Amino acid sequence: MTGRRLRVEVTDRAISASELADLVRDPRAGAIATFEGTVRDHHAGKKVAFLEYEAYAPMAESELRKIGERVIERWPLEAVAISHRIGRLEIGEVAVALAVSAAHRAEAFDALRWAIDTLKETVPVWKRETGPDGAFWIEGPEHVPVEE
Amino acid sequence: MASAIRVLLFARLREICGASTVELSLDDAATPAECFDRLAARHRALASVRDRVMVAVNSEYAGWADRLSPGDEVAFIPPVSGG
Repeated sequence: MTGRRLRVEVTDRAISASELADLVRDPRAGAIATFEGTVRDHHAGKKVAFLEYEAYAPMAESELRKIGERVIERWPLEAVAISHRIGRLEIGEVAVALAVSAAHRAEAFDALRWAIDTLKETVPVWKRETGPDGAFWIEGPEHVPVEE
Repeated sequence: MASAIRVLLFARLREICGASTVELSLDDAATPAECFDRLAARHRALASVRDRVMVAVNSEYAGWADRLSPGDEVAFIPPVSGG
């Protein structure tokens, strides 16, 4: 993995793909692909006012690092950066951001897609959704009412 | 306590148990499954969610029947919803 750069973080600060794009910029790269997951004002037919994210932070960072290491093994990338935000997020704010750089666009797009899809399956982060119908834990496709 | 196991609870599991951390003794709970059973005996709502929970030991995904060692940190992970 010599020369390939990987940076991951779980943070309560605001994050953005443009900030990560600057981190992965590289003279050997002809492509930078980025993704932002943003807070939507509706989910599964319910209105959403805001989301609260929590993480098992040390494990979430190690799982993000594994995803980064796997995409670097599998695709010829120059650099990878992944950030997940935790805490309360308002509509439109960025919850997750990824950026990868590569010589050519095909591997950048493919690696980025695999990374975000895997992140949603393996990284221990949870969201709690609040809206006019109350507060819910989001567990995969399920909404479970918060009882506290 | 030399044989203590620290159990971490997140999201809905924390809500059900009313705590984010629980200390158990290795004498009572030698595997993650036994840790979960100890907690489920105190908090009945846990039993219904067990099928969808995953286990981590010391920040790595692990098996329900793995043998625990003194000082291990066990985490029960409800279905994740990051991104």
